[in-house]
Amino acid sequence: MSEIIKLDKLTRKFGSMTAVKDVSFGVEKGSIFGFLGPNGSGKSTVIRMLCGLLEPTSGDAWLDGASVRENSERIKGNIGYMSQSFSLYRDLTVQENLAFYGKIYGLRRERLRKRIEESMELSGITSKRKQLSGTLSGGWKQRLALACSMLHEPGIIFLDEPTAGIDPVARRDLWELLFQLSKEGVTLFVTTHYMDEAERCTHIGYIFLSELMVCGKPAELKILPEVTPAGTVWLEASSDRITQALSLIKKAPGVLDATIFGESIHIRAREGFGEREAARALEAGGVSLESFRAVKPSLEDVFVSLTRERLKARGAA
Amino acid sequence: MNFLTTFSAIVFKEALHLRRDPVTLVVTIAIPIFQLIVFGYAIDMEVKNIPTAVFDADRRAGSRELIAALANTEYFDFKENASSEAELREAIVSGRARVGIHIPPDFTAGALNGSGSSFQALVDGSDSTVAMQAVNVVNSVGLMQSVKQMGRVDIEKLPVDARPRVLFNPDLKSANFFVPGLVGLIMQIVTVFLTAFAVVREKENGTIETLLATPLSRGGLMLGKLVPYAFVGFFEICVVLTLMRFVFGVRVNGDIGLLLLMCFVFLFTALGLGLLISTAAKNQAQAMQMALLVMLPSVLLSGFVFPRESMPAIIYYFSFLIPLTYFIEILRGIILRGADLSSLWSQALALAVYGAAILSLSTLRFSKKLS
Repeated sequence: MSEIIKLDKLTRKFGSMTAVKDVSFGVEKGSIFGFLGPNGSGKSTVIRMLCGLLEPTSGDAWLDGASVRENSERIKGNIGYMSQSFSLYRDLTVQENLAFYGKIYGLRRERLRKRIEESMELSGITSKRKQLSGTLSGGWKQRLALACSMLHEPGIIFLDEPTAGIDPVARRDLWELLFQLSKEGVTLFVTTHYMDEAERCTHIGYIFLSELMVCGKPAELKILPEVTPAGTVWLEASSDRITQALSLIKKAPGVLDATIFGESIHIRAREGFGEREAARALEAGGVSLESFRAVKPSLEDVFVSLTRERLKARGAA
Repeated sequence: MNFLTTFSAIVFKEALHLRRDPVTLVVTIAIPIFQLIVFGYAIDMEVKNIPTAVFDADRRAGSRELIAALANTEYFDFKENASSEAELREAIVSGRARVGIHIPPDFTAGALNGSGSSFQALVDGSDSTVAMQAVNVVNSVGLMQSVKQMGRVDIEKLPVDARPRVLFNPDLKSANFFVPGLVGLIMQIVTVFLTAFAVVREKENGTIETLLATPLSRGGLMLGKLVPYAFVGFFEICVVLTLMRFVFGVRVNGDIGLLLLMCFVFLFTALGLGLLISTAAKNQAQAMQMALLVMLPSVLLSGFVFPRESMPAIIYYFSFLIPLTYFIEILRGIILRGADLSSLWSQALALAVYGAAILSLSTLRFSKKLS
């Protein structure tokens, strides 16, 4: 697989503040790359540099072989960009917004007409074509923005928090659409806060405090030695009184960390901590253990562990 | 190729914005009409019927003749008879009169016995135009009276008869002088504001972010933003010129085709100025401030109100930086003097070069990067 996006020590400073520091990674063609990190960690800054909206302070990145430093204008013709906040024209209708962006990208007459129809069809907004975009609700706005970004059939689409603030149904529809595009060979670069969305990505990069911490397939990240150091295990327990169970488990000898994950408890413990030890800890508080099994860490576990490690290392330094 | 693509797309979009917002469009067109009518009537430099008070301590033939002579000029309107010097002064201080004529008790006697007589005119200097006019008229009436007394001859005809003749504006109507300048000024105000908001609005609404991620051409963007407003501006200038002709009775003595062509050149320059502001400002409030900053020198230094020839050298040369300066000269030239391109080419060229420079500058200033 070839790397369609490649970053090499990409750095951006705003005054004395370093928003992105020495970030290097690659994205394979046709993948759905999930770019994760807390607010203010530098996600949007990376996207803006890749889209040619911000000049890197140092380092460089290549999209399909073209450098963002030298060829950002050429790159712009082959990418789609969906910004974090809605940035289309509110006083123009759905169709007019599409027509405008189609024209900007140089689509004409028959091709323009055809692409507008196809994009509306794919994103399911055909029925709203005559509506002013400012009057659309959040989910519809995102669909329109996505339709706009794929109008000129770009090889790469950047989506900056496409599902922030929209309802679960619209969120699912949007992801269906992303899978569809990915199947057609489009590379998608998506930032998100949602862990369930991260699990849907083919590849993931995690950025924290301006630096890239980890990058790879979700399955690869879950078996990282930093996440599961030698002598520790990840376990999952469930109980009918889950909050009481959590505080009991946390106090149990051998447990390093525990957190509620869905309807169960994820536990990181020393090797040797088993079902018997867990049941004993719960019974001491009058709570029964319903199920218990060894698991792989979730992505959330991965990121929380890595973040804590990093903060600990910082504190020590 | 990219330029034309961007240009036509932006024109398409801006035209839609204009159509979606008819209120702004109507206000844009109505305001100049309103301004022209109000200012066209309000600005009148002709000084007539200056309210005047008189303290006549003489009250004989000589003083009566003097008062009649002053009144005959139609510059003075005798509104009040004061009974003391203090009262005369008070009339001026209170603002009831702008001129006070004080005739001493020996005025007629002095004239008759040849020892000479004098009268005093107190002039309120707070309005320099009125004051200057009053002083001039008082002086010439005094001179006439002196000549009359010296010769005691038939004074209907003076030995030297000066006959000034005013060309192009024989009645010295100030409408003829002011309205063409006003047309230029109003057009500048409206057009600069039209485009000053054009790019800034995209920054404020965040729409610039998606726009900049496209391969658009900067020149295409600038010109595309300008052209729809140029049409609005041109329509407007036609309306305003029509008003000038039929409401204020100012005839166009020169070639109307040339006049309209020059208006078009000026529109591009003024709209370009607006775009330049738009690229520099971060939000609409800033754009507004900058547009106002351009406005004031345009009103005061372009020759619209004060003749540029009498300005200090630095200011005089500074006024060459104001596009309205050239446009007002062109307007007055074509409308009043019937001048053609052979005498106005330097101003026309300056305006065109100015417009081209300002458009290039705003294109270069416009960065395709976010700051």
